[in-house]
Amino acid sequence: MRFAYYPGCTLKTTARNYEDSALASARALGMELLELPRWNCCGTVHALAKDDVMHYLAPIRVLVRVEDMNREGILEGNYRLVTLCAMCYNTLKRANGVVKEDPDRMRKLHDIMEREQPYEGKVEVLHLLELLREMGFEKVAERVERPLTGLRVAPYYGCLLLRPRGFGIDNPDSPRVMEDLIRALGGEVVEFPYRARCCGSYHTVERKDIVAEAAYKILSQAREMGAEIVALACPLCSFNLSERQDEVEREFPGFRKIPVVYFTQLMALAFGLGEDVCGLDQNHVDPRPLLRSKSLI
Amino acid sequence: MGEERSTVTIYVMGKAYEVPASLTIMKAMEYIGYRFVRGAGCRAGFCGACATLYRKKGSYKLEAALACQKVVEDGMYIATIPFAPAEKRTYDINKLRPTPNVLLEYYPEIARCLSCNTCTKACPQDLQVMDYVQAAIRGDIEEVARLSFDCLSCGLCAMRCPAEIVPYNVAQLARRLYAKYLAKTSEHLMRRLKEIEEGKFDEELKRLKGLSREELKELYDKREIRV
Amino acid sequence: MSTLLAGRVIRISERNGRFSERVKALSGEEIDLCFQCGGCSSACPMTSQMDLLPSKVMRLVQLGEEAVLKSRTPWICSTCFNCAARCPRGIDIANVMEALRQMLLRSKFDHLKLETVGREELREIPPIALISSLRKFTS
Ligand code: SF4
Ligand code: SF4
Ligand code: SF4
Ligand code: SF4
Ligand code: FES
Repeated sequence: MRFAYYPGCTLKTTARNYEDSALASARALGMELLELPRWNCCGTVHALAKDDVMHYLAPIRVLVRVEDMNREGILEGNYRLVTLCAMCYNTLKRANGVVKEDPDRMRKLHDIMEREQPYEGKVEVLHLLELLREMGFEKVAERVERPLTGLRVAPYYGCLLLRPRGFGIDNPDSPRVMEDLIRALGGEVVEFPYRARCCGSYHTVERKDIVAEAAYKILSQAREMGAEIVALACPLCSFNLSERQDEVEREFPGFRKIPVVYFTQLMALAFGLGEDVCGLDQNHVDPRPLLRSKSLI
Repeated sequence: MGEERSTVTIYVMGKAYEVPASLTIMKAMEYIGYRFVRGAGCRAGFCGACATLYRKKGSYKLEAALACQKVVEDGMYIATIPFAPAEKRTYDINKLRPTPNVLLEYYPEIARCLSCNTCTKACPQDLQVMDYVQAAIRGDIEEVARLSFDCLSCGLCAMRCPAEIVPYNVAQLARRLYAKYLAKTSEHLMRRLKEIEEGKFDEELKRLKGLSREELKELYDKREIRV
Repeated sequence: MSTLLAGRVIRISERNGRFSERVKALSGEEIDLCFQCGGCSSACPMTSQMDLLPSKVMRLVQLGEEAVLKSRTPWICSTCFNCAARCPRGIDIANVMEALRQMLLRSKFDHLKLETVGREELREIPPIALISSLRKFTS
C-alpha cells in the first residue's frame, strides 16, 4: 500500500534516525511511504488566532501537494497523508480541519496562493501510529524477529499527539496506541502519569531552564516507575528530553540520565532491520549499552 | 484599435513623463534626465544592480523587474531600489562545514518563512525562491545551490518578504558551501592545473612574451577557433 | 507568585469592554462562560514560572483589564492544551493566551530577540525548535 508522506524539516536534519527507522519499518510491514515531491515547512505550530490567514498558507500548500500527487497519477485516489513528527501532524490536521469549515478563509488563501491548484479539501492527515493501529498490532507482532524481551519502555506522548480533544490520535486521558505497539514488539510497558505532560516545547530556545525542569520531572518519574528507556514520536520532545538532559544533570544533582528513542527505532530493532537503519548512534543519550546488556543488539 | 502609440506615460517618483515606448525603464529614466551613479551596472540583466518596483495604473499588483531589462508600459509608477538594506553575515568558508544546521546558524530568521511565495512572485529571474528558502530550512544545501544558481542578488525578494528574510544571502552561503564541500571536483580542471604547475606552458608563454605587438596581432587574427 | 494587580480598583468602563471584546474576537472563545473554578490553573504545568495563574488571566480578561498584557503568563504558556482539556465550560484557554500574545506581537513587539541567541545554541537546536519559537514569539 502506498501513502503520501510528509517528513517535515527536522526529520531531514537532526532527526534522520526517526525518518530512516520509520521508512524501513513501514516497508517491512508492506507500506510504502512516498515523500511529497515538493514540500515546505508546515509551520510547526497551529495558528490559533481566529483571524489568521498567513500562517495557514504553509500547511494548506502541503495539503495541495497531496492532491497534486493524485492529479499527476503518482497516487490513485489515495488522499491520506502520513506524518511522523507530532507537531507536523497536529499543525496539518488542525489547519485542514479549520479551512474545510471556513470557506471565507479558504477563499482568502486561494487568493494568495494564486499559482497553486485550489485545495479541494480531500486530504486526511494521519500519524503513522494510527496507521499501525488500523493495520492491527497482531500483524506488527507477526513481523517481529527479535522481540524486545525484558526491555522496560515508558511511552511518552507529550501534548500534540493527544490534545486538543478531537485532534489527537487516541483518548487523551488514557492513550493506548504506543503501549499496544511496545507490547506487540515484545517489550514491557511502563505506564507513568507524566507521559502526556508538556516537555517545555518551544521554550527550549530561550528558556532552557523551563525545559530542564519539565524534563527532570518527566524523566525521573519514568525512572521511578521502573523504566529503562523512553520512547516517543516527536523530534522536539526528543531534543528536550535527550539533549537537554545535559542541562538537567547540571541543575538537578543526583539525576541519572536515561536513553530516549523514537518508537520507530524500537520497531526497526524488533523487526531485525539492523543497527544502521535504527541510527542508534545519533541518540544523544546512548541507548546501546542498555540494549547490549539485554542482548538486543 | 488604432496605431500603437510611440510614446507612453510613466511616473517616476510620482511625476509624469512622456517617453518613447520602446525604451527599457533604465533608458527611459536616462531619457528624462536621471543619471545613474548607483543602481546600474552591466545593463544586460546580469549584475542585479537595477532592481525596480512598479505598479501599473488600474492594477493593485506590486510588480518587480530589472530596470535594464523591462520595457516601459503605459501608466507605470516606478521606484528603483538601488540597494536592499541587508547584512551579509561574516564567515570563513574554510572553517564552516556543510552540516544540516549551518544555514540556520548564520541566518536563523529563515525559520520565520511563511511559505507565502511572495519572493518567488517578485523574482525577475523566475527562480523558485520560496522553494530554496524552504530547502535551506531543512538543510538541503545542494537543492538551495541548484535552485538559486541564476540568482543575481538583486534584492527584490528581500524587499517583498513579510518574514524579513534575505533569501539571496542564504543562497550565496549555500552555493559557497556546495562548491567547496559537496560539488564533485572537475577532473579536467585538476589535470590542467597540475600541468600548469609542472610547467607545461612555460615555454609557450615565454615565447609569446617575447613577441612584438604586431606579431601578437597577426597571431591573434590567425588563431584557430575550435567549436 | 507576585500579584500584578493587587490592591487596584478595577473599573468596568467602555474601554475595558472593548478590550474584552477584542480578546474574544481574536481567541474565538466565550470568555464570559468562565466561572473561576480554577481547573485550568491546576492542570497547567507551567504555573511555577507564571506571575498570574491562567484562571486569573481569564478573570482579568472578563473584566477587560488591559494590564493583563503586561503579564508574563502568556509568554510562559507552552500551548500544551492541558487547561482546555480540563475546563468544564469548554473554553480553550490556550486560544486566549494566543490572543494576548498576538495583541502585543501585532504592535511592533518581539518577545524573542533572535540576536540574543548564540551561534553555539543555533548550531545545536533543531529547526523545529527555532521555527516554533519564532512563530510564537516574533511578529
Ligand atoms: S532570488 Fe531574490 S535576489 Fe535572487 S534574483 Fe531572485 S529576487 Fe533577485
Ligand atoms: S517571501 Fe519570505 S516568507 Fe514568503 S515564502 Fe518567500 S522567504 Fe518565505
Ligand atoms: S496551554 Fe498554556 S495556560 Fe494552558 S495549561 Fe498549557 S501552558 Fe498552561
Ligand atoms: S477551567 Fe475554565 S471555567 Fe475554570 S477557571 Fe479555567 S477557564 Fe474558567
Ligand atoms: S544593470 Fe545589471 S542587471 Fe540591470
